Amino acid sequence: MSETPVSSAVNFSDEQSMLLDTAVEFFRDTSPMSYVRSQLATETGFAENLWREMVDLGWLGLAVPEAYGGSGLGLAEAVSIAEPMGRHLCNCPFLSCQMAIQVLLAGGDEQQRGRWLPRLAQGAIASVAVIERDGDWSLVRPTCSAIRQDERIALSGVKTFAVDAGVAELLVVSVEFEGEPALVLLENSGLPEGALTRQRVIDETRRSFRLDLDGIEADAADLITSRAALGALAAIRDTALLLITAEACGGTAGVLDVIVDYLNTRTQFGRLIGSYQALKHPAVDILIGLERARSHLYHAASVIGDAELALGALGMAKAQACDAFAYAGDRSIQFHGAFGFTYECDAQLFLRRALWCQYQFGDALHHRKHLADLLL
Amino acid sequence: MNELDEFRAEVAAWLMENRPRAPDFLLPESFMEVGSDRQFHYLRDWQQQVYEAGYLGMAWPQEYGGGGMDQVYQNIVTDEMARLNVPFMTNTIGLNWAGPLILAIGTDEEKQRYIRNILSAEEIWCQGFSEPDNGSDLGNVQTRAVRDGDEYVINGSKIWTSLGSYAKHMILLARTDPHGENKYAGLSYFLAPMDVAGVRVQPIRKLTGEYGFTQTFFEDARIPASCLMGAEGQGWQIAMSTLTFERGAAGGQAGGLSMVVVRVADVVELARHAMRDGRPSIEDPHVRDELVKFLIEEQGDRLCESRSRIPALCSERPGSIALSGKLRGTELRRRLCQFAISLQGANGALWVGDRDAVADGKWQRSYFNAFSATIGGGTSQVQANIVAERVLGLPKS
Ligand SMILES: Cc1cc2nc3c(=O)[nH]c(=O)nc-3n(C[C@H](O)[C@H](O)[C@H](O)COP(=O)(O)OP(=O)(O)OC[C@H]3O[C@@H](n4cnc5c(N)ncnc54)[C@H](O)[C@@H]3O)c2cc1C
Repeated sequence: MSETPVSSAVNFSDEQSMLLDTAVEFFRDTSPMSYVRSQLATETGFAENLWREMVDLGWLGLAVPEAYGGSGLGLAEAVSIAEPMGRHLCNCPFLSCQMAIQVLLAGGDEQQRGRWLPRLAQGAIASVAVIERDGDWSLVRPTCSAIRQDERIALSGVKTFAVDAGVAELLVVSVEFEGEPALVLLENSGLPEGALTRQRVIDETRRSFRLDLDGIEADAADLITSRAALGALAAIRDTALLLITAEACGGTAGVLDVIVDYLNTRTQFGRLIGSYQALKHPAVDILIGLERARSHLYHAASVIGDAELALGALGMAKAQACDAFAYAGDRSIQFHGAFGFTYECDAQLFLRRALWCQYQFGDALHHRKHLADLLL
Repeated sequence: MNELDEFRAEVAAWLMENRPRAPDFLLPESFMEVGSDRQFHYLRDWQQQVYEAGYLGMAWPQEYGGGGMDQVYQNIVTDEMARLNVPFMTNTIGLNWAGPLILAIGTDEEKQRYIRNILSAEEIWCQGFSEPDNGSDLGNVQTRAVRDGDEYVINGSKIWTSLGSYAKHMILLARTDPHGENKYAGLSYFLAPMDVAGVRVQPIRKLTGEYGFTQTFFEDARIPASCLMGAEGQGWQIAMSTLTFERGAAGGQAGGLSMVVVRVADVVELARHAMRDGRPSIEDPHVRDELVKFLIEEQGDRLCESRSRIPALCSERPGSIALSGKLRGTELRRRLCQFAISLQGANGALWVGDRDAVADGKWQRSYFNAFSATIGGGTSQVQANIVAERVLGLPKS
């Protein structure tokens, strides 16, 4: 095997532990299933006061340096928020904002950081649009384009999966600029009417948008180009992989609870159905998938600052967590019988979320393909 | 370098220097498969050497022959043994379950009598739990132990006894009261000598064609009454704590490996050389995907070990990682060996001893031997029941 560095470190600070405790309690209290369901059909998909509370707890500024009004921690700490958030299927723009923050840290210039980071730390919402209609997960081949026209930059093309764009002040959009990938920072208020349209997505807790760039202009000062752009795109990928993995681990734990509850309640043939090994043993498989996924998650969080180690660790974590969650979601339907086939059963909410997580930023097969090139 | 790193380097150097030369016969792959005298002596000598160098039982009390040190040192030694692929410690049943059990609940006399000789491999231990008719349903064992003066008279038969041909002592689960209020109540636990009249050991041939475990027959075998551990009727409870040590779900073991380590990296190497349609298997996308799946699982289990040392990351289901360890590890090993055979094309059907067999048929043998651990010590299905019931709180089957 080639000499790829391997680490088996799992580090977890008191700070992370305290945050995790707080977040576990917070999402249990603020995001019960009744809340999740109450948001399914709303415009924004989350309650304004829930977001305010998260902002007041300082969670949005967690990874923002102190100089910009944040608390100067990092993505490892954000995992402590995202995992319990995923467990309670709580939807909010936390991930989108973390991605935008990392974009600015990895590729933003002083002016761009100074303009956006303090606002993001205070809960201004951002959206990251890096996917296009062909659904390709590769982040470095945008076909939407940015063309210099005098002092202005003219944009064209269509982005998809601009998650939370409806409530975002900042849109971070990937484009092709002078033959290379670039990012453009757009102020939502400057978008023409109709530029953003809702997508219908499998996970009904989510709000995702199609962004039509034709006719939109930006200022050259809002571009992130060349090496900085590549760094920023890598930051988007790493942030997404880490935090989606966290949400998927949380979601798997959540759906396992739903399964175990039902297996301990429903009786058929005079016995609790949980006594049937055809249900009991797959429940153990789910648990094992979850334990491995959580171990990968906290390992990835431990090495996130080391680009070389993080690359493999994140891919492994995402692949393990999303497969575990997708399996758990799938079995959760079957194990509820016809009730599982209903809209009313919570299992469907988890299955939808599991598929959302799987198909955002690369499914398990995609990551294993890249890991093969890295490790074999 | 800090002190622990220095220690690790010292251990590695010692192991490299002292590891026994590869023998000209096949070694068993775990303590459950020691089937010939030359295998046994080779492994016993090695354990003795390791113990004398101070690398075994490092955290056990000094007064009984242990090292009296912190567990971290022993863990480092065990890690290095795995990394350097040195032979395993053959007296596993003594080292990792009878020993910790005696240290936990035995009398001072028992500790003085047994512990040192477990470490030095002077006295080999075996386990007499399973019977021909009672395997997974261990609580139903029927071997009888009847008190007669200051002796117990044993009748019945134990089977699948690993190391039965070489053992000096057996941890024996037998029925002292056939009329207990339930099947568990009449069981008692003995530290029984094997070298008494009326004990007969018969080797059993394993699926690989080699010998490994034995059947043990008791025909009016008389053992001293002092061999009873705890009190009559406590057998089930003591057997359960033995199994907790055996399955690695509780600490306190003497340490050292108890089986050959199988690594995904070895299968990756194999895939570089095995050919498919004129190209190395490692270029086949399906093979690559399977290999990466194994790497993710293997690394996942390694990371579970690391995470299990952080209570804040295990608080929801504290026993989960430890209780699922045997199930995870043994099933991964079995599937990995099975996959390694699939890489060999037509040669997948060759066996040990054929001159064209890949790696002398090692993977075929390893695959067959891997079932020792998915069956022995509680089958995977029974392990899954245990995890479901104790960790997830699901009802009994
Ligand atoms: C290599 C090896 C070494 C061994 N060494 C020792 C030793 O040193 N000492 C000793 O005492 N024993 C030893 N054993 C025996 C081992 O502990 C038993 O084989 C094991 O507990 C299973 O019992 P059994 O073989 O009677 O299988 P059975 O219990 O008859 O099981 C047959 C099948 O039924 C399944 N099954 C049984 N009950 C259930 C259930 N409740 N739910 C779901 N499935 C179930 C099992 O998983 C298995 O697939 C060894 C076994 C092996 C293979």
